[in-house]
Amino acid sequence: MNFFERLSKLDRRWVYLILAGVVVITVLMKFSTPIRINPEVRAIYDFVESRKAGSYLHLAVDYDPGSQAEMHPMTYAIMEQALAKDIKIIMTALSPNGPGMAEQAMLNIMDSVRLHTGKEVVYGRDICFLGYKPYPGIVILSMGQNYRISFPSDYYNTPTDSLPMMQGIVNYSNVDGIVLITGTSGVDYWIAYANGRYNAPLAVGLTGVMAADYYPYLKSGQIFGLMGGMLGAAEYETLAGRPARAMEAMRVQVWAHMVIIIFILVGNIGFLASRRRGGAR
Amino acid sequence: MSWETFLWTTLSVALTLCTFSFLYRDNPFYKFSESLFVGVGAGYFTIILIYNGLVPTLIDRLWVGQPWWQIWGGRWWYIIPALLGVLMWFRFSKKKSWISRYPIAFYIGIATGVAIPLEMQNRVNRQLADTLLAPNFSAGFTAGISDIIIIIGVICSLFYFFFSVAHKGTFGGIAKIGIFILMVGFGASFGYTVMGRISLFIDRVQSIRDWVKMGSDGTGGMMAIVTIVSLAVVLLIILEIMRHLRNKAAEPTAQ
Repeated sequence: MNFFERLSKLDRRWVYLILAGVVVITVLMKFSTPIRINPEVRAIYDFVESRKAGSYLHLAVDYDPGSQAEMHPMTYAIMEQALAKDIKIIMTALSPNGPGMAEQAMLNIMDSVRLHTGKEVVYGRDICFLGYKPYPGIVILSMGQNYRISFPSDYYNTPTDSLPMMQGIVNYSNVDGIVLITGTSGVDYWIAYANGRYNAPLAVGLTGVMAADYYPYLKSGQIFGLMGGMLGAAEYETLAGRPARAMEAMRVQVWAHMVIIIFILVGNIGFLASRRRGGAR
Repeated sequence: MSWETFLWTTLSVALTLCTFSFLYRDNPFYKFSESLFVGVGAGYFTIILIYNGLVPTLIDRLWVGQPWWQIWGGRWWYIIPALLGVLMWFRFSKKKSWISRYPIAFYIGIATGVAIPLEMQNRVNRQLADTLLAPNFSAGFTAGISDIIIIIGVICSLFYFFFSVAHKGTFGGIAKIGIFILMVGFGASFGYTVMGRISLFIDRVQSIRDWVKMGSDGTGGMMAIVTIVSLAVVLLIILEIMRHLRNKAAEPTAQ
């Protein structure tokens, strides 16, 4: 058994160990990697940036803790940018474990904006969280008619009508656009119902696993922007000039990917070498 | 930073390490964290569903703040969907399970009626129309080339899935291009998937680093907890290695 054959039969736990070692070392090291901005991410940033103060953004936080690593940086970056520009944010969560994620993001960002800019973000005036309702398709359709059908009160049981920022806000036609951050297939409902039925401008932030499947919707104009996984979040952080967790993770990604590519190459060379030896016999 | 935050973070780090221990082999620590995750997830989901679904959309609308026996003061017609929901539970009866078909039929009927026109319009018609547009070179040379590649790619991929004709000659050649196009698509998905999985791991490593930092920035008590948990992990690894070596030594030598 030669070197490459032996490597191709390597116990997979060595692969995990080497990958973990590389990730731990690079997390502890301090260096940066350049991040190239893709037009689909820039489109979302420009959309938020071009809004006037007092305009409305619907932020749908439809992800669970399992995908928070990729999704939270997107949510944080967009919320910080929007609140800094005095854009009002209506939040919803249509994933069962989403309310916890949405509330955590909202409270953290309210604190962070106050600490960094001195601006007081007031719940009900600048931001509100309508909460969770089951059956996303039905809820998305109902919000197209009136937010109050599915959300007569917000997450904290305050009547929606008594929230100052919701005065005069009836449905999607009263918000400038919807940004959906999701790790679930609920994105199909948003595309078909919110954009397809009500023509609401829609941008999406998706997990890396899902991103490649939704590029056709970008080309057809059904969504105007797309952030794919940690890379998308890092691009957004770069645009917003707020380096945070995603940008830090991307430098680690580069090295982790190199290790994976090396293992793929070694595995394939080992496979080809063993096949050639088998053929020669 | 509060002690409460630190202890929750410590628990999160401990459970992370328990979960990752599965990469070595199945063990009771992994089983514990897995069961805890499933249990907490199911419990949380149930409570969220009751307080965000059942209570505001049924209970509150039926009684509207009146005593429970004054149901007629509320919107009594909400009893009808509630009864349909109750009928679903007949699914658990072997003899009466046919009753559950009524609410299921109702539900599927509504869902299909709502979904089919919108799904056809947005996921089939609009995608089809956009694919078959003439190449748009006015948006730039690369955009025009991209349009051509998409048209050729879609047609070749469809040829690959057409099995009524043998994949030979010109047809076979086009189908082969289709396979390459599909492989490019799968490759892109695979690349993104690898990035997604590594992202999750990086996030956990970042959390552990933040936890260690939290301990060293906090009080001596916090650092003591960080040290104890870290030593416990190292001890477990050493014990596992010793067990492995003992087992290896006890194995009968091959004849």
